[in-house]
Amino acid sequence: MRILSAFLCGLIFGLGLVTSGMTDTAKVLGFLDVLAIPKGAWDPTLVIVMVAALAVSTPGLLLAKNRARPLFADAAAWPMRTAIDPPLLAGAALFGAGWGLVGLCPGPAIANLATLAPAVLVFSAAMIAGMAVHDVWRRGATKREAALADG
Amino acid sequence: MMAPFDPVSAAVGGALIGVSATLLMLLTGRIAGISGILGDLVDLASGDRLWRLAFVAGLIAAPLVLAAGGYGLRAPAMPGWSVVIAAGLLVGFGTRLGSGCTSGHGICGVARLSPRSIMATLTFMIVAMIVVAIMRHAI
Repeated sequence: MRILSAFLCGLIFGLGLVTSGMTDTAKVLGFLDVLAIPKGAWDPTLVIVMVAALAVSTPGLLLAKNRARPLFADAAAWPMRTAIDPPLLAGAALFGAGWGLVGLCPGPAIANLATLAPAVLVFSAAMIAGMAVHDVWRRGATKREAALADG
Repeated sequence: MMAPFDPVSAAVGGALIGVSATLLMLLTGRIAGISGILGDLVDLASGDRLWRLAFVAGLIAAPLVLAAGGYGLRAPAMPGWSVVIAAGLLVGFGTRLGSGCTSGHGICGVARLSPRSIMATLTFMIVAMIVVAIMRHAI
């Protein structure tokens, strides 16, 4: 049931991305192009999508928080970290730079794989490579720190 | 050419994303953060992969389901190869380093009123806006 739930949630998420227009890079870049606001050529779609998503997920996640446990799992994996630290801000800035260059964030990049467009396949492959580079680098750094601590 | 602004579709689609985030937590106890789900799916050191694979499969199936219902399956406009590759690397590395993207921080984190996620969301939004301003208006 847990696996089926995850599939259905992925499906609903993808349906939301496509119907809202967020798989369309032109619409995303049209929102990010704030200099178009004075010219009346700005696309406010992403604001509506965010507000609508938050209007559902804010009470939704609050409801989930107040329940003892998820329906098909032993415990909920709520994010524990609260620090606003350099990795958070540097990571968000790097992500923002890539997002602004193309107009694809991870969700729409994956949903767009269905189009089999070569540029989307290459973007997603590069994105996964970037994730792997981070994980390898992070693990190396942790090991070096541990080695230093061991003296 | 940009598709016309359609607030109703945007609101319906956004609400579906909110429903997905809510259901994933209620049913499986997981945050609907795509970069986290995908990153841990492709990370060879992580376990508990099957639900992540199922979520990603659902995400890819969605446009196909809509296409079967007569909703056009259109490839998005993309820039040249070098920009595509550089941007993909930045999005992958950045979302892992920053522990989240538009979904995990932007939708789930902001919904939980997490200051960490709100700061991350403001940061990637502002940087993306600056990059678009440079790409479209300065070069």
